[in-house]
Amino acid sequence: MRRVVITGLGVFVSIGKDVETFFSNLMKAQSGVHRIKQFDPSALSVQIGAEIAEYNPADYFPPKRLDLLDRFTQFALLSAQEAMRSSGLEVKAEERPRFGVVLGSGMGGAQALDDGYLNLYARQATRLHPFTIPKIMHNAPVSQVCMEYGAQGPSFATATACSSSGHAIGEAYHLIKFGLADIMLAGGTDAPITYGMMRSWESVRVLASGNGDPRRACRPFSRDREGMVIGEGAATLVLEDLDHARRRGAKIYAEMSGFGMTSDAGHITQPTIDGPARAIRMALQEAGVNPEEVDYINAHGTGTRLNDATETSIVKEVFREHARRLCMSSTKSMHGHVMGATGAVELAATVLAIQRGAVPPTANFTEPDPECDLDIVPNEARSMRVRIALSNSFAFGGLNAVLLVRRFE
Amino acid sequence: MNVEEKVIEIITREQHLAPGAVKPDSTFAELGIDSLDGVNILFALEEEFKIDIPDNIAQNMKSVRQVTDSLTRVLEGKDISDLVAMAKGGAQAAGN
Repeated sequence: MRRVVITGLGVFVSIGKDVETFFSNLMKAQSGVHRIKQFDPSALSVQIGAEIAEYNPADYFPPKRLDLLDRFTQFALLSAQEAMRSSGLEVKAEERPRFGVVLGSGMGGAQALDDGYLNLYARQATRLHPFTIPKIMHNAPVSQVCMEYGAQGPSFATATACSSSGHAIGEAYHLIKFGLADIMLAGGTDAPITYGMMRSWESVRVLASGNGDPRRACRPFSRDREGMVIGEGAATLVLEDLDHARRRGAKIYAEMSGFGMTSDAGHITQPTIDGPARAIRMALQEAGVNPEEVDYINAHGTGTRLNDATETSIVKEVFREHARRLCMSSTKSMHGHVMGATGAVELAATVLAIQRGAVPPTANFTEPDPECDLDIVPNEARSMRVRIALSNSFAFGGLNAVLLVRRFE
Repeated sequence: MNVEEKVIEIITREQHLAPGAVKPDSTFAELGIDSLDGVNILFALEEEFKIDIPDNIAQNMKSVRQVTDSLTRVLEGKDISDLVAMAKGGAQAAGN
């Protein structure tokens, strides 16, 4: 079986439009949440998001290209660009059929859909813009990234809500491991901060209001947590067959060595303990790792009452005594819940923790919750050697994806 | 502004081309206009002139001249059955 390594990283989110800014803000427990600027949110009960501020698409894309790119595809292209640059890859023509792209998105081209429906219903338009479909389709970012880099191998989109990019990265990892590809760009993207989407989320009643202090709105594992904060952005990783990476003298960030995926078959919004626990065990088993060897977990940690308490129980169920020794943090406290991108953003944070020997904190921690009584690295980043780490994604709909990465040795 | 000038203005705008790049006798191929671009241009023309261009006519527009002629006839409310007949059996514009 082939070994798979991570040789490139790209991140484009509220707390950083590149990996270095992203990591630096994680270390400073800096939140990217603010009052929404893309539209006037005054009518909403929740008026905040982890939005990418000071973003002008025309600074990044020529006008003709931009006509066909929804915001979520723009983010995907920008994170893929950084990932490719950081990898130093120059994919040769003969390698292209074994070079693919798998990206997750929970919401698709939400802005283009919103714009289209505004014209259709409110303005009584009798026809919609012909670019609506090529912009909203979930695979638009995949296809645009394929075209940009000439990736002609196995490529597709995953749509499993908050686990979308966990599944994308896991599937890409398996494609290389089982010999169907040599290089994969994998990750996820979402741009769900639209009026229609925020209204939809608002009514689920899982969002933190952040009244008065948006930056402190998302407080995972704190006793006074009040919900999640919607974020936007993308992250992309370059996964590569180890031999291929070695031949070209690539810089190796970490090794991908386990992927667990399960379905709760339970409830459309409430998580179970069994489903996610089996996903964690599956990832450990594939990597041949004992639970006691795990140093760090990047939690799903949405900041809702139910998620964080359930996730604590899941970790205790799988790790038993070791649950009290390992550390776990939720970086969603800073970059928000980036939906279909969140698994990739969090895996990027996890890989950087391994590579740089520093675990990002759970920001905005106030006081312990007896239901969340694990070491959640409150408020301050921690210098520590991380050899083996997990990134959890437990989606609405009960579809779970857990990725295991380890220091490359 | 006549129909031809308006057509040239819209094609120039939608394709983000330099002023003067689109000539009355330019073909779509010369201008790098693919099938999806063509659909976009038709949409812009329909919006601009508040008309409906039938699919079977739309699919046969491959040059600025064809667009201008078809549009002029649609606007004048002329019988366009001969254009429809010509378009029958023509290649599908939008592919899949």
